[in-house]
Amino acid sequence: MATLYEGYTLCGVGPVQNSSNIGILGVEQGRDIDYVLVTDSSRSITVYKVSDQKPTGSWSVKQGQIISCPAVFNTQSQEYVVVTDDRVVRVWKEDDVNLEKAFKATVSADVLRVLSATDSEPVVLFCCGAVRFLDSLLASPQQPIEDVLTEDEIIRGEHCLYVQRFNPNTLVKHRIETEPGLSAPISFSATCRGSNIHLLYLYLNGSVYESVLPFRSSSTGAEGVQALSCSLCLSLPLGEEKLMSGAAVVLDEAHVAVIGFPHPSAGACKDYLCIWNTHFQTLQASKEMAGRIYSQLWCYSGKLYVPHGKMLSVIPFDCQKSSLAAAMGKLKQTSRSGKDFSSDIYEMLTCKNRKTCQNTFCLIFKPLQMDCSLVEDVQAEVGEFIRRAPQADLQLAAGRVALELVSRSQTDANFYPQCAFLQLLETRYLCYSVCPELLSLAMVKKDFHLCQIAFQIFSDIPEAVTCACLKAILSTPDLEMETVNLDTDSVIFMKELTQAHSRSDEEGGQLNGFCPPALESDVSDTPSNKLQRDPLSLDMSCPVGLHKGALLNEVLQTAYSDRSLLPHLKDLTVPQVIVFLQYLRFLYFKYSHDAHKQIRALRTPSISQIIDWVCLLLDAHFTVLAVAPEAKRLVFDLHKFVRSQVKLYAELGKIEGSLQVLKNSKQSEDFGMYAIQVIELF
Amino acid sequence: MGEFKVHRVRFFDYMPSGIRALAFNRDIERIAVARMDGSVEVFHCSDRFFQEKIIPGREQCGIEGLSWVGERLFSAGLNGGITEYDLTNQKVKYTVDAYGGPIWTIAGNQQGTHLAVGCEDGTVKLFEVNEDKIQFERNLDRQKSRIISLSWHPSGSKIAAGMMDMIQIFNVETGHSVHRLLADRGVGTSRSKECVVWSVVYLSDGTIISGDSVGMVKLWDDQTGTLIKSHNVTKCDVITSYLIVPLEWQNEDSLVAGTSEGTVVQFQFISMVLGKDDKEWVRTRTFKNHTHDIRAVAEITTAVVSGGMDAQLVVRPLLDKVEVRSAASALRKIHFPHRRLVSCARKSGLMLFQYPGHLELWRLGESEGKGSSLFVKRNPEKLLHLKVKGEDHIRCSAVSPCGEWIVYSTASSLRLYRLHCDNNNVSITKISKLPMVLSSANQLCFSSDSSHLFSASTQSSVHLVSLSQSGCKFVGTLKPKSGSHQAIHLLAASEDGKWLASANSDHEVHIYNLQTRKAHCTVPVYSSAVTAMGIHPTTNCLFMMYADQQMCEYSIEQKQYTDWSRMVQRKGLHRFWMERDTPCLNVMFNPQHPSHVILHDTYMLCIIDQSLPLPDDKTQFYNQLTLKSLPEEQRKSHSHAFKVCKTFKDILCVELMSDQSLVVVERPLEDVASQLPAPIKQKKFAT
Repeated sequence: MATLYEGYTLCGVGPVQNSSNIGILGVEQGRDIDYVLVTDSSRSITVYKVSDQKPTGSWSVKQGQIISCPAVFNTQSQEYVVVTDDRVVRVWKEDDVNLEKAFKATVSADVLRVLSATDSEPVVLFCCGAVRFLDSLLASPQQPIEDVLTEDEIIRGEHCLYVQRFNPNTLVKHRIETEPGLSAPISFSATCRGSNIHLLYLYLNGSVYESVLPFRSSSTGAEGVQALSCSLCLSLPLGEEKLMSGAAVVLDEAHVAVIGFPHPSAGACKDYLCIWNTHFQTLQASKEMAGRIYSQLWCYSGKLYVPHGKMLSVIPFDCQKSSLAAAMGKLKQTSRSGKDFSSDIYEMLTCKNRKTCQNTFCLIFKPLQMDCSLVEDVQAEVGEFIRRAPQADLQLAAGRVALELVSRSQTDANFYPQCAFLQLLETRYLCYSVCPELLSLAMVKKDFHLCQIAFQIFSDIPEAVTCACLKAILSTPDLEMETVNLDTDSVIFMKELTQAHSRSDEEGGQLNGFCPPALESDVSDTPSNKLQRDPLSLDMSCPVGLHKGALLNEVLQTAYSDRSLLPHLKDLTVPQVIVFLQYLRFLYFKYSHDAHKQIRALRTPSISQIIDWVCLLLDAHFTVLAVAPEAKRLVFDLHKFVRSQVKLYAELGKIEGSLQVLKNSKQSEDFGMYAIQVIELF
Repeated sequence: MGEFKVHRVRFFDYMPSGIRALAFNRDIERIAVARMDGSVEVFHCSDRFFQEKIIPGREQCGIEGLSWVGERLFSAGLNGGITEYDLTNQKVKYTVDAYGGPIWTIAGNQQGTHLAVGCEDGTVKLFEVNEDKIQFERNLDRQKSRIISLSWHPSGSKIAAGMMDMIQIFNVETGHSVHRLLADRGVGTSRSKECVVWSVVYLSDGTIISGDSVGMVKLWDDQTGTLIKSHNVTKCDVITSYLIVPLEWQNEDSLVAGTSEGTVVQFQFISMVLGKDDKEWVRTRTFKNHTHDIRAVAEITTAVVSGGMDAQLVVRPLLDKVEVRSAASALRKIHFPHRRLVSCARKSGLMLFQYPGHLELWRLGESEGKGSSLFVKRNPEKLLHLKVKGEDHIRCSAVSPCGEWIVYSTASSLRLYRLHCDNNNVSITKISKLPMVLSSANQLCFSSDSSHLFSASTQSSVHLVSLSQSGCKFVGTLKPKSGSHQAIHLLAASEDGKWLASANSDHEVHIYNLQTRKAHCTVPVYSSAVTAMGIHPTTNCLFMMYADQQMCEYSIEQKQYTDWSRMVQRKGLHRFWMERDTPCLNVMFNPQHPSHVILHDTYMLCIIDQSLPLPDDKTQFYNQLTLKSLPEEQRKSHSHAFKVCKTFKDILCVELMSDQSLVVVERPLEDVASQLPAPIKQKKFAT
């Protein structure tokens, strides 16, 4: 459930001067998350400390000059950057008082925007579509600027998206494919999640489309216009009134804040700020905005900046992880004692998030930019990152890093930083759902060590994946398997288990004091039949290699629900099932000889896990096993021990009454000198 | 199988009497037990310690010693008399006054010619044992203090006598004292108290072993009169007047001593160095099976038997002497007599409790409601308290099935009463003018229609008396064909009034036809004593339980064992059944289920369903709990003929009333223990 908290006014919005009816040119992140840079459409740039609602610095241009794009803060050089009169780039520092005395450079083409990314050099986007790094531009301001766009195009023009990449400098044109008849989107929002850029477009008809654009396009050299598919993720309700404008901004992967569209239950009034859940298409929170709406919306570090009426409001929000229960409002809200308190906490949280993002992205972008960076470098860097990052940040960051590495490994066949993955796994902050591709990647790479660690650490592996892994393990030949480097503890366990067998054989088949349970009725009834050895001691050799056994043990210990596992188990081939069953039988026999109890191992499959898997396998392949001749002996053996178990429990059932009496015997029956009772004899 | 309504009765205040003396006869393997109340019992050591004979006691007859002379049993007591018992008819044969005041000890010589008694006046009196009586011969030199204990030298030429503070050795020929051995008193506060030599044993090599009140077992040399060795047996530092160390020896290489703390200590004459001949008396084993002081010990062939104030006879096997370990050689504690002390009027819900000196008649309570424990609507009530006339204790008693007649017999008299129950008024009238033959009875029994009384008399005969409103009339005497004159201890009459079975101590079971009043047949004699028997109401088969836990069913009409009985003998009984250590004391039949035989011993109630298969040794014998937990349809396959109910403990009597309810008379041993005098206080830790 998302929440919009009580907002407060940051500043007033000056009188509208220009024709575009926009009072504020832009709100940008300042030097810190608590600072924002507000560029109004008059002539001034003001830095506000958000939590204090106070300006800490203000600069303005001379009369007659126009600020043509919102000022940004260059985090690299700790300088402010603004463009005046379309071509003059001005750069100044916090303590510069007069903007006129600041550094100025005139470039050769009209600048549309200066974009600042955290921890990277700001980029300058020209009206003609060209993009330059600010530092390179300022080094030679008069360099020629090429025309990227054709003459009849302007940025934000038609349904096209241009994506330019540096190093190598590529340009891909995408045509946004939406339903025909739609005009241009009225608002964009782009976020970078994982290895993809998520683009969100808001159309006037209330549709919100999303496109996913991979960072690394496969067709690098392809010229021409590529089609960019987009999916409708939200349909906003429309009032009767015809809408002219609106804005949307992505809050997180499931939430989007929309302004300028009517509240679905509040009639046609469109002065609402709403948070929608795109997964479930539900309205999560809304707030009525007094005064005129400018269809402008910014979002920085957990706060929405909304100009409305004559003021710029800051509205903190909170989006909880989207689950169906939360979306339907069914999830219990953690009680909050007071708003001030909660907003404090909120600030802290966002503060942390912010930092993490900085670290993470700095780390991820670098390898991306250096395409040729080696696996070793990545591993060293990941190690450094894990070592340095604070625990709380690591939890979020580890997943993202892993995601990045996996996606790169998937595209780059030579890139497989196993050590980095292991390091990330060892943080224990990863789970399957954080990085679903990791396990399948490991399977593809036949990295059974990674698989084993993942099986040990992940508690949420889907049954289908478990089964796929099981299949991969069973289909790998033992010889190949033995070369795999595995967790020593598990291998030692297997070694001991198989040796316990040979040792007990040397001692004459039985451990000291062990008395084999009378398994078969025919054995126990006729003592002359003693020649037939204890059936448990038959065929006690391990049917699989040590390493395979160790891996299978890990599979046995994973969590699963039998109903979902059963259909996937049917994918196993009959030889695989037989080998697996034989191994399970081996384990069971070992366990019934108490062999495992002498082995000190951290992780061992429990006897109930073994039995459950036997049952599942038999359930899944019963008909096949019943007719397969090579399975006959196995099924017969299993049948025998089921019979012995049934017998044992029947015997236990018989003494149940005695045990009950033992339990009740403490309560002495003192009835005095005389009583009349009823006894029953059977 | 079935439900039974059970009257659990615990208000029979039977108190077994403490054991005062034991005497073992190796030749006939019998052990005689004298109790505080003057009764003497004879147990058969090789027949699972079955209590063969009971000679009831008398008031004021404190027996202090027992002695076998051949197969004759003598006792002497504080009343100053020496008594010989008629073991055939289980009664006192005669009593001879020794004229020496209370007698503390009696000892017969091994030759079987003389009895010596130690008297309060300080004399040892010698009696010659004649064919039918004993004859006073002479006194040995009179001593200043009472003679507490006596032991003959095996040669019969010397007698050692334990007294206060000393032991005197007499030459039997001259009657003079040969040696005087001074026993040390205890140390400390006990210094002022006399040391009582409670027990002496004279061994053939001249060693005299004494047990005294200081708690010492001392070994003396009769040649030099010196102390060889002394063993402190009890750690009891509280000197009481009752610190007794009775001694008993068997083979001159083993000796047992009992203490007032309830322990039995064994000493053995063994060589200290293996293979060498110089043997010494060494304390070897300690048993503790008693809560109270031990007043008598006896070492029998394979076991140590001890008895004392806690009234239980404990047979502790010496496992080194047992060849085959079996149920017969297990530790055995005999708490209750092997006779029935309760008889029930089946048709009127009355119970007759037999105490030594009185009878109590109770009416059972009534219940209502359902469940496992029923609400008692009417409490049981005591209708009658009948005191015995005279000093003799009751030997046997019976109430008729209809509840109208009560009969009891002492050693000297038999009394028959008629009971009138008129709502709440209960009155009895004594039937006078009894026939002469009814002067005394060994066992009494009514016919099932209460019209006849059967009285077991001397020479294994049974007198038949008809009862009517006007009185009773002697009808006839049933005499066995065989020559056995042993007393009858069991009688069983058939439901149809046609047959009567009697069992005597010679293990003979005679069956009489009551219509012809002739002996019908005799059941083949079995080596073990019959402990209970009953005649089946419909088939007229006699069902017998033996002391060795065997069972037999004998068809009276066909004069042969039944097929079922033969099958039981052929297949053998279950191990657990054979290992029970108390005899079955009653055989009952359920008219509604003719195949059922109901049995009980002290610890269990058992219904044998003759229609079900017998259990073999692999079958679970005590399977009631198993069957209870099984579903109905599976029970059949798991059930066998023996349905044992262990709900009840310390059972004195079980009877099936005519309304199908069971009466179970229990006497919990805890209740018995709580009525015993406090045992000797022992210091525990530093309190």
